[in-house]
Amino acid sequence: MITLQGLTKRFDALTAVDQVDLTVPAGEIMALLGPNGAGKTTTVRMLAAILKPTAGSAQVAGYDVVQDARRVRRNVGMLTESPGLYERMSGREYLNFFGELWELPALARQRRIDYLAERFEMRSALQRRLGQYSKGMMQKVTLMRTLLHEPPVLLLDEPTSAMDPSSARLVRDMILQLKSEQRAIIVCTHNLPEAEELADRIAIIRQGKIVERGSLAELKQRLLGQPVMEARFVQPSTDGVRALVAEFAEVLAYGDAWIRYATREPEQVNPVLLQAFVRADIPVLALREVPRSLESVYLRVVGKAVAAE
Amino acid sequence: MLFQKILLHFKRLVRHQQAVLRPIMVITRREVHDTLRDWRILVPICILSTVFPFLANFAAGRGLDFVNQYGAELIMTRLFPFLMLVVGFFPSSFSLVIALEVFVGEKERRSLEPLLASPLTDLQLYLGKLFSATFTPVVASYFAINFYALLVGLTVGWWPTLSLYAVTMVLSTAQAFVMVSAAVVISSQATSTRAANLIASFIILPLAFLLQGEASLLLFGDYDVLWLIALFLSVTTLLFVRMGIHVFNREHLLGRTIDALDVRGGWRVFWQACWPQEGVKRLYTQDLPRQLRALWPEIVFTLLVVFGGGWAVGAWGAHFFPLPAELLILPETLEVESFDVAIQEIGWLPNFSWGAVLWNNTRSLLLAALLALFSLGMLAELLLLLPLVIIAYLVLQVPSLGISAGSFLAAFILPHGVLELLAGVLATAQAMRMGVVILRAPEEGGGVLGAVRELGHFLRLFWAVVFPLLVVAAWIEVEITPRLAINFLNGL
Repeated sequence: MITLQGLTKRFDALTAVDQVDLTVPAGEIMALLGPNGAGKTTTVRMLAAILKPTAGSAQVAGYDVVQDARRVRRNVGMLTESPGLYERMSGREYLNFFGELWELPALARQRRIDYLAERFEMRSALQRRLGQYSKGMMQKVTLMRTLLHEPPVLLLDEPTSAMDPSSARLVRDMILQLKSEQRAIIVCTHNLPEAEELADRIAIIRQGKIVERGSLAELKQRLLGQPVMEARFVQPSTDGVRALVAEFAEVLAYGDAWIRYATREPEQVNPVLLQAFVRADIPVLALREVPRSLESVYLRVVGKAVAAE
Repeated sequence: MLFQKILLHFKRLVRHQQAVLRPIMVITRREVHDTLRDWRILVPICILSTVFPFLANFAAGRGLDFVNQYGAELIMTRLFPFLMLVVGFFPSSFSLVIALEVFVGEKERRSLEPLLASPLTDLQLYLGKLFSATFTPVVASYFAINFYALLVGLTVGWWPTLSLYAVTMVLSTAQAFVMVSAAVVISSQATSTRAANLIASFIILPLAFLLQGEASLLLFGDYDVLWLIALFLSVTTLLFVRMGIHVFNREHLLGRTIDALDVRGGWRVFWQACWPQEGVKRLYTQDLPRQLRALWPEIVFTLLVVFGGGWAVGAWGAHFFPLPAELLILPETLEVESFDVAIQEIGWLPNFSWGAVLWNNTRSLLLAALLALFSLGMLAELLLLLPLVIIAYLVLQVPSLGISAGSFLAAFILPHGVLELLAGVLATAQAMRMGVVILRAPEEGGGVLGAVRELGHFLRLFWAVVFPLLVVAAWIEVEITPRLAINFLNGL
């Protein structure tokens, strides 16, 4: 659904996006992460056929972003970085205006606006002027505008920024539903827990280049090493426990009634280890993976890049 | 069968046109709604289009009463059309404010990007905004003109002729379109409304000059020339629209230019353009020839304006205002000193020396360049046009003295005029470029830095080519031309 090959954008001497290759199939969410000025917005603008690439190519919904720019724009819903609303218009007028630009017939337009208003809990608010909206409401209207023409491709720049937790939850659920409807979605965000929750794959961009990509598990494996497991016991552990674990994995640390170990293959090692504990009559209270967040991955990548510079 | 095919084709064509025009109308409608909801724009427009015609009518009525006492109604009847033009101009001038708001304001508020992400073409977006910025002020302007005409008609009994009425309406529309189309070009230079407002003086000043010209024509009762001005404004609008379409594109609108003053960079650009960086030889063999080659459109334009316009206006003057017969008598004998006396009587020069002539010519061309900066180059062209009008006027008068126009030119004008005109055309063409380049996009060599660079080019051309030409021309004008002219006249 979205394919980028060597996509490059230069502004005079500045290379904002440098040889980016990416693929996002239908029904997948890709999170595009990176520090400010890394090239996320420029990439998204090229995918929305707003900016022309200096080199390389991009296909969106089956159309080339340069050759078929208008068709691309028809098939893309782009949530812009800033809402950029017309404050003297009411929410309904605003959505109507964009619906007309996307040439939605009047009746279908009204139905769609009503449906979205219901989904985003904005039915009564749509009658008010946009200038009276809170930031979160503005973000909701912007999202509604993005989804108005039911685009198969969504480019979402900070979709839940300025939203309260319940609104953000609502939007995240909406995004997951859109994914289940087989839409290809790129989410640019600095909200790493959100990216972790939503994204099937993650790409980290820095100084215009993709420096890391893959699923969260792959990234963790690659950047943070083997998964770390922690076992907690009912009784204080003994040297026998350490010896037992060491047979299957690398012991990292241990305490009175707990032990941490690293293993490349927890799917195989953990069941075997649990059986061994049972056989040795060591009651296990809990066995879990020590959480390693996307934030750790991100900081590792960005920190590595800074160190390399 | 054939008829059905034609009908089908026609229907398709109409559908296609509708599909193209509909988004333009959608944009226009939204912007007009938005404008009508903004009291900061609406209230002044309403006041100007209703209260001002009242005031103008009141002033006209009082004025008529006053001049009637002295039997000078003509003055007031000439003032009525002028006031009609003015009451129409004030509301239409709001188009500039709205245009800057619609184009730069939207860029500043970052509400443009959602529009750019829509299926609209750049042209549809541009036209939608162009019409929306023009619509309200033009309607208000029409209202003001008609309201004023009605008031004057009912209270004083003066009704405009159909031609005057039409030309006033057309002028009002054309002025609004010029302002809006120029504002779009200006908006390409600025990312904030504040900066755009400052640059907008480059539109207001020429239009103020134009309005004064129109006022003079109305006071002289020369309404036909106003149609020519309307035509000129329409052509100017088309040029601005063309430039506007060029700069109003997604790529440019989301560019990374910011309104920052780069004094050091500006000075570097100026110095590189003004001073030969790699020696005088390279200046004359490479830099200047390249500069002149690049200047050819402005040179051609200047030649057309100066020679075509000069000839046309001079011929018009010679036809309608010929010199009185008593002035067309040559004295028995002529001496060189008589030139000095004549020149001093005119008062243009302190004395007829080559230094005074050189000073006068240098001053005129530098002043023209300065004016070009604030008038899109137009005032520089007009200043050079003036002497050509006088020459054409004289050339067409001398046959009545029994002197052929060619001989007059050869004896009186060409000896120094060839060099002087060459210098004038080059300086004016470069001055014009300096005035126009400010409207071009910065990344295309325009904007403020572009103007600074062209100012450097102007000064380089001036000291390296124009000034030496003027020095030689001034010496010939004082030392050779008078002798040639006297020999010629004494030999008649």
